[in-house]
Amino acid sequence: MKRVVLLAALALAATALVTSALASEQKPTASELESELVCPVCDSTLDTSNAEIARRMKSFIRVRIAAGDTKSEITAKLVDQFGPRVLAVPPRKGFDWLAWLLPLVGIALAALAVGAVARGWSRSRAVGEPPAEPLDPAAERQLDAELARYE
Amino acid sequence: MSSGVRRAGQTLAVGVVVALLGLLTWKVAKGDDNAVSGSLAEGKAVAAPAFTLAKLDGSGELALESLRGKAVVLNFWASWCGPCKDETPLLQKGWERWRGQNVAFVGIDVKDFRGDARAFVRRFGVTYPNVYDGKGSTVGRYGVTGFPETYFVDARGRVVYRIAGPVEKASELDEAIERALRAA
Repeated sequence: MKRVVLLAALALAATALVTSALASEQKPTASELESELVCPVCDSTLDTSNAEIARRMKSFIRVRIAAGDTKSEITAKLVDQFGPRVLAVPPRKGFDWLAWLLPLVGIALAALAVGAVARGWSRSRAVGEPPAEPLDPAAERQLDAELARYE
Repeated sequence: MSSGVRRAGQTLAVGVVVALLGLLTWKVAKGDDNAVSGSLAEGKAVAAPAFTLAKLDGSGELALESLRGKAVVLNFWASWCGPCKDETPLLQKGWERWRGQNVAFVGIDVKDFRGDARAFVRRFGVTYPNVYDGKGSTVGRYGVTGFPETYFVDARGRVVYRIAGPVEKASELDEAIERALRAA
């Protein structure tokens, strides 16, 4: 039963994410596009820039949204004019894949390193420490009696 | 940890560092440099970085190389740039004055909307050729630090002078053109 509930929750969350992404693609808002695009002169996102060209780009975005363009269409038009540098995050293609992959490779390498160090550490402890000696039967009985008082 | 695993780890770590250094070197070597403005500041003429860009009016491309043998006035501008609006009538008059005297004028519209740039050219009645560089590929190679900026290239294709900011007087423009004509 628990598994079914978990699966249903996951499916619901996935549906919500997909629906939200589709809505964002079909009916983008000016504010989300302004946070994902960079002013080509000042290298900050449009929402934080007040440069002339940034203001012109914001106006272009609003006009294109009103005309019914999708998010990809608006982004593509701006990339066509100003090049891929207007994208706040690099596109997932060609050399730019490195920007996405390198952090993941770094995390994987760090995890491997931590795992290797931890394994080596636990092995050296297991080898270096003497095995625990069994308790004297009388002491063990006394310990049991003491512990029983607290139960 | 076994020595094999340790050695593999060390090799991998060194490999990653070398790869990152390689990327950095490539980026620095490929990236923008201020060769032109830097050399001019030292008083040296330097080869004008080549470019071939689409003309704003849609009539094909213009290569700087095709103007070899003439003094070239290269003006970097954008329609959203205020001082460019003040400067353009002066440049247009300069073009009318120098036309036919072995001098070419070329406007390079940078980081701009094509439509806005075309409207700008129409508004100011600009008749010298203008090319479109929306991505700003020429900016770094020339060392352009702001708009407008004007470079003067001699007949041998060397940049001999630069005016950073707007050209404010006809005499300033004429002197720079004469300098480019004399340098060849």
